[in-house]
Amino acid sequence: MIGLYHPVSSPVHRARAGLKLAALAALSVLLFAVPTWPVGIGALAGVLVTGLGAARLPARLLWRQVRPVLPVLVLLLAYYALVSDVATGGVVLLRLLSLVTAAAVVTATTRVGELVAVVEWLCAPLRVLGVRPERVGLVIAMTLRFVPVIAERAARIREAQAARGGSARGIRAWATTTVPLLVQVLQLAHTLSEALDARGADDPARRPRAGAR
Amino acid sequence: MRLRRRTTPAAAPDGPVTTGAVELRGVAHAYGDRQVLRGLDLTLTEAKIGVIGANGSGKSTFARLLNGLALPTAGEVLVDGLSTATQLRAVRRRVGFVFQDPDAQIVHPTVAEDVEFGLQNLGVAAGERAERVTEVLGRYGLAGHRDHPAHLLSGGQKQLLAIAGVLVMRPARVVFDEPTTLLDLANKRRVARVIAELDQHVVVVTHDLELLAGFDRVLVFDGGTVVADAPPDDAVAAYLDLMSGR
Ligand SMILES: Nc1ncnc2c1ncn2[C@@H]1O[C@H](COP(=O)(O)OP(=O)(O)OP(=O)(O)O)[C@@H](O)[C@H]1O
Ligand SMILES: [Mg+2]
Repeated sequence: MIGLYHPVSSPVHRARAGLKLAALAALSVLLFAVPTWPVGIGALAGVLVTGLGAARLPARLLWRQVRPVLPVLVLLLAYYALVSDVATGGVVLLRLLSLVTAAAVVTATTRVGELVAVVEWLCAPLRVLGVRPERVGLVIAMTLRFVPVIAERAARIREAQAARGGSARGIRAWATTTVPLLVQVLQLAHTLSEALDARGADDPARRPRAGAR
Repeated sequence: MRLRRRTTPAAAPDGPVTTGAVELRGVAHAYGDRQVLRGLDLTLTEAKIGVIGANGSGKSTFARLLNGLALPTAGEVLVDGLSTATQLRAVRRRVGFVFQDPDAQIVHPTVAEDVEFGLQNLGVAAGERAERVTEVLGRYGLAGHRDHPAHLLSGGQKQLLAIAGVLVMRPARVVFDEPTTLLDLANKRRVARVIAELDQHVVVVTHDLELLAGFDRVLVFDGGTVVADAPPDDAVAAYLDLMSGR
């Protein structure tokens, strides 16, 4: 999700994140409610025109998102061919392909922050239950931020162990990297909590993000 | 420039008239039973103050006292007349803090969003936030990286991002705890230049003695107290002297 944003200027990029997510939801409802060839073909064509045309995304970028799910789609087609018929399977395949591509278009044209803002907006009614939507948003943003950081630290620990001749594999390798990684993560978390304090995360003046609607 | 900064409401949103000093009165700090700082009586008025000393001598704890990340277990710390113990929020708004490890202080996945974070916390309106983010990214050579994932930046760029995220909040003072330790020589110099050019008063904890060139005053810590307090050359000489005996 991170790094999938493709920064060019287009009407699709400028469209509100909430609108894009709502369109995505509407598309999936339509595809599941009306599982026919014309709707499937129309949807995929519409998504491709939006993504490649209006949003000026490179075909390569969409392909990279779609490729990993292709084996699943092929299996699904085979399954339908066995239990019912290829045509039904084709509609299902088209439907999923449209949705995966549409989701790729949304993530490539929407900044993480805008998506998080929508989540904050959706959580706003939970305020009455004492939930702080901006906190939910911050947690999501921090998760996206720290997944690659922690992955990188894990890789560095593994390298350091390999450099000293460590050759543990499987479960043993996990154990030997997990402990030092845990130590690093705890230290990171400690500094992070201080940095949040120092940067005023608890200040009551805090305002919602730009684009929260 | 300096005058304008001091008097804009953003720099001192709710502070009283500045007395222009950080004062430590009879300050001590203990973690549990462990006394790590003792007998600190200091008045800091200089623009550039360095802090050096051996590992474990209490430098980071001292730095953290200055914006209330740590509170004194005896005595008091006053920042422009505000007590870190009783007026913590006002002190935090006044004193920015940059840590050694940039990875631990960048909280948002992309560059511009991270810089904006502190401004949201200050309650700055969206339009002004956008302007200030753009200005500060330009100043630190990050304008071309606005929407880039923070984890793809180089170590030096990450530290500049961390500094940008603090300076965009326009604190009156900035405390740095070993800001150059993880950087290569070119990036060390770059961060040193950024610090040298700041309008704000700074306190810089460092093991990088080169960073202290041009500083007004350097404190040498040992065993939880200040053992030398002098201009850089004299302080560094005292520090080297201290270390040569170990
Ligand atoms: N959270 C803590 N709990 C307990 N003891 C601590 C804690 N933080 C620091 N200390 C101890 O306090 C002493 C001073 O630590 P401090 O981090 O201030 O030293 P420092 O001068 O910054 O060292 P360095 O140069 O290694 O960064 C050390 O002995 C350290 O072990
Ligand atoms: Mg330290």
